[in-house]
Amino acid sequence: MEAASAPILELRGITKQFPGVLANDQVDFDLMPGEVHALLGENGAGKSTLMNIVYGLYRADMGEIMLKGKRVNFGSSKDAIRSGIGMVHQHFMLIPVMTVAENIVLAEEPVHDGVLLDYDAARKRVKDLADSFNFHIDPNARIENIGVGQQQRVEILKALYRRADVLILDEPTAVLTPQEATELAGILRTLKQEGMAIVFISHKLNEVLDIADRVTVLRRGKKIDTLETKGATRESLARLMVGREVLLRVEKKPSSPAEPLLKVENVSVLDDRQLPAVQDVSFEVRAGEIVGIAGVDGNGQTELIDAITGLRKVDEGRVVVGSEDVTGGGAREVIDAGLGHIPEDRHRRGLVLDFTLAENLALHDYREAPDSRFGWLFPRRLIARARKLLQEFDVRGGTPLTRASALSGGNQQKVVVAREIERDPRVLLAAQPTRGLDVGAIEFVHRRLVEERDEGRAVLLVSLELDEILSLSDRILVMYEGRIVGEYGPDVSDEELGIAMTGATEPQAA
Amino acid sequence: MSESVGPTTPPPETPPATPGPPSVASRMAFYQRAGGVVTPILTAVLAFFVGGIVVAATGHNPLTTYREIFNGTGLNWFFQVGSHELRVPFTDAHVWFPWNVNDANSEAAFNLQQTLLLATPLVFTGLAVAFAFRCGMFNIGGQGQYIVGAMVSVWVGSSWAGMAKGPHILLAIGLATLAGAAWAGIAGFLKATVGAHEVITTIMLNWIAYWIGQWAFGQGGPLQNNFNESVPVSNDVAESARLHVFWGDPLLQGLHIGFFFAIAALVVYSLTLNRTTLGYEVRAVGFNPEAARYGGISVRRNYFLAMAIAGGFAAMGGALDILGWQFRLGVIDIQNSTIGFIGIAVALLGRNTAVGVALSALLFGALLNGTSTRNLDPDVFQPELAGNLTLMIQALVVLFVGADLLIMVLWQRAQRLRPKRSRAGEAPV
Repeated sequence: MEAASAPILELRGITKQFPGVLANDQVDFDLMPGEVHALLGENGAGKSTLMNIVYGLYRADMGEIMLKGKRVNFGSSKDAIRSGIGMVHQHFMLIPVMTVAENIVLAEEPVHDGVLLDYDAARKRVKDLADSFNFHIDPNARIENIGVGQQQRVEILKALYRRADVLILDEPTAVLTPQEATELAGILRTLKQEGMAIVFISHKLNEVLDIADRVTVLRRGKKIDTLETKGATRESLARLMVGREVLLRVEKKPSSPAEPLLKVENVSVLDDRQLPAVQDVSFEVRAGEIVGIAGVDGNGQTELIDAITGLRKVDEGRVVVGSEDVTGGGAREVIDAGLGHIPEDRHRRGLVLDFTLAENLALHDYREAPDSRFGWLFPRRLIARARKLLQEFDVRGGTPLTRASALSGGNQQKVVVAREIERDPRVLLAAQPTRGLDVGAIEFVHRRLVEERDEGRAVLLVSLELDEILSLSDRILVMYEGRIVGEYGPDVSDEELGIAMTGATEPQAA
Repeated sequence: MSESVGPTTPPPETPPATPGPPSVASRMAFYQRAGGVVTPILTAVLAFFVGGIVVAATGHNPLTTYREIFNGTGLNWFFQVGSHELRVPFTDAHVWFPWNVNDANSEAAFNLQQTLLLATPLVFTGLAVAFAFRCGMFNIGGQGQYIVGAMVSVWVGSSWAGMAKGPHILLAIGLATLAGAAWAGIAGFLKATVGAHEVITTIMLNWIAYWIGQWAFGQGGPLQNNFNESVPVSNDVAESARLHVFWGDPLLQGLHIGFFFAIAALVVYSLTLNRTTLGYEVRAVGFNPEAARYGGISVRRNYFLAMAIAGGFAAMGGALDILGWQFRLGVIDIQNSTIGFIGIAVALLGRNTAVGVALSALLFGALLNGTSTRNLDPDVFQPELAGNLTLMIQALVVLFVGADLLIMVLWQRAQRLRPKRSRAGEAPV
């Protein structure tokens, strides 16, 4: 389909003030039918705010919205939906106990006898709709029984069912596996060919270049530029987004590994269902090297991390930190033996979100002098130390007395990193250390990990991001179905690793 | 009042040139603090309002009824402001004081003594619920723990009559507290080891304590009095174990020094939570057990300890009631007591903070006293109905606090509906 010459959606001078923050400052934006237009920016740059204004959830303080050439003023998202705007949020708004079809037709249900839901008609309409866009989805499945990627499709279908011609996706890949993200890209291409106009909010450079036709970069509420993705590079986009040169490739010297500080010997671990999750895994990490563990999610990495850090029972084998056998010792013993642990999930584990930053930073040290003496805590000392650490690790948006929940994800992660590094651990275990972070924060975390390596710590990096593993590791182990199925040097290609991650190299009958 | 943080902030005339000091985070913190005070007050007001509707439905005037109840609480004593003197304890010095403490026998003063007498154990049972809450547990067992404390203290207090006054009191309170801690510790231990839910186990322990009391003080029971075997009640607490009455007539249930124990308990509660490593662990476990475990904290140990400390609080409340003004414990007393259960409402309304528990204990103590048969003129409102009013308000508070979120939402909605006005109209933080 030819791209029409007139934009379907045009924003002029949108300004939105929240107390203390200018979320959008005179932002212009336009969207053509049949294009994917990415909205790129760091966390807190004002991307979601801008689109929430378009969707009627917020009202702009200044500026105007033109939809199909007419000036509109939405009082609520209902108005926006009626005018043909659909939005898929990061957190889906689906009813778990209802079926796919019921969720999609909600608020516009086909009825029989005046009031009753005509379920067969609903199912048929949803099926036809899904088929016409080549979606693979079962209209009878309950939402609670389908995966996140499928749920996202239901959200998209819901918008299509309501005859949206502008579709806004708020960080759609944040919740998806790499495979699901690829499928989503395919879906968006199909929709584009049907003439749909799509806004794609993201802070990931690769997918913006991959999926979008044009990209508008926001930084601190201001529009920096709008450009064609053809000809743009990751480096150029990152520079626009962060406002300075960003090193996407980590600079590091060759490693000079010394004595082994973490030894994992023939470790087997059971998962929550008492099934073997890790089987006979052995490796060591030496001082001054970064060892990366690559693998598709769910191949025993989480259980292995838990076993090393004393949070899960080691079924068989030994874990040695420094010279101390910590097998079966519990988290306290492992911490005291000198292991720092940046956990996979900072909300579930890394932070007590309702604690202040000072309290969070003391999570391992609160019972030792100078934080406390004879069970008596010295809050001022916690605060003083926190102040120093927040500055050193450039944590923004909070003082020592701010609750951890008030910080952005990147700054929360910096707090975790600060706490784990500050104890001067011999071994640093970093699990998914940059999950959900934006470019600037990723650069920071990566640089810190390499610095820790250079100071002679043993760093074990577990990540689902191949790029991260490849750019940081000095040695790479691949995990598949609970076993280490290969070891590679830092120069291995993604293809080779990718194949190993699918288990193809696993020695049969060995 | 502040404006809401959110979509409806009025547009500023000009965007501020500099990012000023009130960041979003600090605004949020203020907002939460504001909501933190506003919602309990709203909760209480709403409960009284609904209670008023019921009063009106019975054909009485709610306003005069509430005024009578208020006068019965003795809180009107604080209205009698004048220029008086207060003797500084342990000295002969006198300082100026706005209220006349020497007038211990006026009606208002007497009523206030009774209100504070009732508020004292409520502070303890409220803290028992609040402390467990802070560790992420719902302690329904305050009643049983209170009974255990009362039973142990009446046993110790009525035995060893020859002991010196100080040691006897301390022994009675100490043993009662330990017994309550052990009692509640059972629930904590079961949660820590086999994962038994504390709501179930504490309710069961309540009944066990109840029936132990029925048996021990009942006819032929081991702790029944030895002067009249037809009366199912304990021996009287010996003179040496009775608490000193510092305000009012000792023979007419004056206010005993257990009141100061309650104030001390509030301070201890607050300090323990905020200033000790134990409190740090308890709060970490309460907020996020998984993060606490990751941080090297033993979640099980804290479940046990928090529950035991909670039980110690409730039991101390029971001991002070016995040694302070009841002096004996009977089968009927155990049947009729609801102090432990009101403690749940106290903690909920007080939002598990020391100040909140103090204020809501005072509120419920005043309600209990103001609606009692002695204090309420039957011409205004029948005291039998008024007693139910207390129960109703208590129940409504629990209900509304359960619907905390709803009130938060209503509050936000109300803020949103307010007419837009300039930013200058903000109240200082």
